[in-house]
Amino acid sequence: MRLPLIAILLLLQTSLVRAEVVPAEVTEVAPGAFVRHGVHALIDKDNAGGIANIGFIIGKESIAVIDSGGSFLDGARLRAAIKLRSDLPIRYVINSHVHPDHIFGNAAFLQDNPSFIGHRNLPRAMQARGAHYLEANKLLLDAEAFEGTEIILPSQLVEGQSIIDLGERRLILDAHKTAHTDADLTVLDETTSTLWTGDLLFQKHLPVVDGRLKGWLEVMKKLEALPATRVVAGHGPVSLPWPEALAPQRAYLTKLAADLRRLITEGKTMRNASDEAGQSEKDKWLLFEEFNTRNATAGFAELEWE
Amino acid sequence: MSVFDPVKTKMTRRLFASLALVAAAGFSAGPAFAAEDTWSDLKEDIYGDRPILDGKDWVQLEAPYRAHDAAVVPIDIAALRPQEKDRFIKSITLVIDENPAPVAAVFHLGKSIGLASLSTRVRVNAYSHVRAIAEANDGQLYMVSRFVKASGGCSAPATKDPDEALASMGKMKLRQFAMTPKPEASSAPAPAKAEMSELREAQIMIRHPNHSGLQMDQLTRYFVPAHYVSDIEVRQGDELLLSVEGAISLSEDPSIRFHYLPNGSSELKVVIEDTEEQVFTKSWAIQASQSGS
Ligand SMILES: [Zn+2]
Repeated sequence: MRLPLIAILLLLQTSLVRAEVVPAEVTEVAPGAFVRHGVHALIDKDNAGGIANIGFIIGKESIAVIDSGGSFLDGARLRAAIKLRSDLPIRYVINSHVHPDHIFGNAAFLQDNPSFIGHRNLPRAMQARGAHYLEANKLLLDAEAFEGTEIILPSQLVEGQSIIDLGERRLILDAHKTAHTDADLTVLDETTSTLWTGDLLFQKHLPVVDGRLKGWLEVMKKLEALPATRVVAGHGPVSLPWPEALAPQRAYLTKLAADLRRLITEGKTMRNASDEAGQSEKDKWLLFEEFNTRNATAGFAELEWE
Repeated sequence: MSVFDPVKTKMTRRLFASLALVAAAGFSAGPAFAAEDTWSDLKEDIYGDRPILDGKDWVQLEAPYRAHDAAVVPIDIAALRPQEKDRFIKSITLVIDENPAPVAAVFHLGKSIGLASLSTRVRVNAYSHVRAIAEANDGQLYMVSRFVKASGGCSAPATKDPDEALASMGKMKLRQFAMTPKPEASSAPAPAKAEMSELREAQIMIRHPNHSGLQMDQLTRYFVPAHYVSDIEVRQGDELLLSVEGAISLSEDPSIRFHYLPNGSSELKVVIEDTEEQVFTKSWAIQASQSGS
């Protein structure tokens, strides 16, 4: 068999990367539920995209991954952490939403041939944003981390609610109305009363509005009623008490909305308003400068229609 | 002399289409860093060899240093002089060099616009120069520009809630703003030669996905067809106040904030047309004593 030189180089490179994969450090937040803590930073060359909390749940028969990480390498590290702990098949890769720090590790699990599960709107969101995300993050990530990263569309969609069973361990998947994004999916691990919110919950790291500010406040009310005692936030400590963990995010989003409504009534332009809204919350959050203006911009465009 | 030149309008329309097509063929979200030569090519496509002078005495362009949300970047164009009878801006073209369709909009300004200050929102795909090119009544072009850094890795120039955008498509809202208090202007009648002190400010908002058409359907490998607001006409009574040629670089739910001098009419009327030839029309009474919204 003759392989073109480029193919041989690619094979060599791929095997080198795989050989070097260091398993992700994970915390067992509840029996059989493991979380890799995401650093509070933007995606960069040092963190391989590992900025979101991602993890996995081990049942009696199979394993579900909840968010695959911010690059192929980030996903491969999570996979290596799973392989250290269990030989059960990885049957599900659940994507909580479309953001690259949650889905860019998908390709690292292709070899397991899992069901990729997402919100009914996830395919559309991936189509609208995937090419842009790949191009933008290719430049932010180290080439070795980005290598192999691709957009993997979900093979199983959730509309309303779906239940999957890992073997004496049911996961309740809820597809939500537009909030953090228009494709937010949560996972409730019944066995341990642990709720995985994806980015419907931030703590320490400033919440990011990429859907609807009002919708998010409404979805938070629904989440609050779920029978959980602890929560794995998309960004923040790996395990938090539920529903108390909602308080800081609710305070911020409520204040942001109130500021925006006032500035809109005063007739301020979006540019002026986005410099001002939410500023009183500045000292309570990390990455405030990076995301508050964005939140104010998106919120202004939404609330201006009231 | 007409402020609007139909020939020029048609040319621009074709230019929008061809530029968008080139981008679609390459399926690129655009280079990460603004290439120095992008503008010289664009300039030639849009204006040929017409000279363009520094516009700093005519308009000021305000844009955030970073496109915090790639889908909604607020742009304010502030005119530095009022529209005068024999010295005025007849159109302003907004260009985002590195976007797939760089010409975001062309604003044609009517006689009663009073002040050529405009605010709108655009998508910014990559690190890019953003430019406002004003064409004066004598045909001379004046340009100002700002450099805008791209958003971070988790923002995209895509519609946030496409279901909602489609469901409420064509819905319009007009906001009428109170100007800086000028007591002598509030009760004055609107004579033919209106004073600047009577200047009003309003904002037209349109629910529309303004779909770029640059996204590929992963299953069919076809591009989703573009669907965007192509024409906006604002009239004061029967008089054309503002006409906008829009394109895919305008944000979803397009918004345009503008000024005008009252001509005695009692209503503002807006007609919108999109690329699927849907037409939306709405009128509003001009508020005598203006409130915030
Ligand atoms: Zn997110």
